[in-house]
Amino acid sequence: MTDVVLPEALRDVEPVRSIRTPARLEYSFTAGEATSRFLRGIADKRILGERCPECGKVMLPPRGSCPTDGLATSEQVELADRGIVTTFCVVNVKFSGSAMELPYVCASVLPDGGDMGLFGLVQEIPFDQIRMGMRVEAVWVDDDELAPNLSSIKWWRPTGEPDAPYESYREHV
Amino acid sequence: MPDAEILSAPLVLEYPFSRTVGPVQSAFLTGLREGLVLGVRTSDGRVLCPPVEYDPVTSDELTELVEVGDTGAVTTWSWEPSPRPNQPLDHPFAWALVRLDGADTALLHAVDAGAPERIATGSRVRIRWAAERAGAITDIACFEPADGTEGQ
Repeated sequence: MTDVVLPEALRDVEPVRSIRTPARLEYSFTAGEATSRFLRGIADKRILGERCPECGKVMLPPRGSCPTDGLATSEQVELADRGIVTTFCVVNVKFSGSAMELPYVCASVLPDGGDMGLFGLVQEIPFDQIRMGMRVEAVWVDDDELAPNLSSIKWWRPTGEPDAPYESYREHV
Repeated sequence: MPDAEILSAPLVLEYPFSRTVGPVQSAFLTGLREGLVLGVRTSDGRVLCPPVEYDPVTSDELTELVEVGDTGAVTTWSWEPSPRPNQPLDHPFAWALVRLDGADTALLHAVDAGAPERIATGSRVRIRWAAERAGAITDIACFEPADGTEGQ
């Protein structure tokens, strides 16, 4: 640190070394019709995707249209609350405001019958045993805590079923 | 589908950044915390406030911090009729560049002038210090009119 020449009054006081410069953006998020339907399903412990009339893929969470074909989704599809870990990451850095014990795993889970993954936590297994293709099921919050948001799924845990072969989910990684 | 069934919720993105300030900004912010404003002297004898680390003319490192006054003159300004959250004042005020007495450059801050008719280029203003100071630019709550004070 460069030596600077200070006025007398500041020579024996503790210097300021850093400042906080938080950036904060406040939005009001409107879910839209399709995502609202999905979120109401979540509050009822149901995972509801929506199917594209052209390619047949089931979007999740549904936004009301197919990003590939540009068509409105035409059919609501109830998916299992179990599926496959398609990809994941081990989190080693603590985020402010997070009470999670490190390290923990965030994963993309492809529910059976769906064509897009949901992001969630994987728990009830040591982090270094989590792998692509692992079969997992949703662990929901207690019924009186269910709400129309994804916090209603506390995390996903292994089912113990054999891993899914890579070919079965390669399009979803 | 009726609008009543569309869900909406607050969504806040917040990045809790902090950063180190280096020797010159450290001195400036420490000064504010202690209730005085510092500028930095350049090789040609000018005083830059807020202080910078390098001479804008010669690029030399600058190290001599000097105290400037807590009164000064508005060099330019703009009226803020409807302040937003987290701005320095919650009622209409002026954003202004203030050249503090003893400085050769100006500092951007708020002036609690009350009405746009009460501020002009050349208006004399004085620092209103925050009740609690922590080593940040917000230690200066704002400036307020100081008619009758003498400039340098």
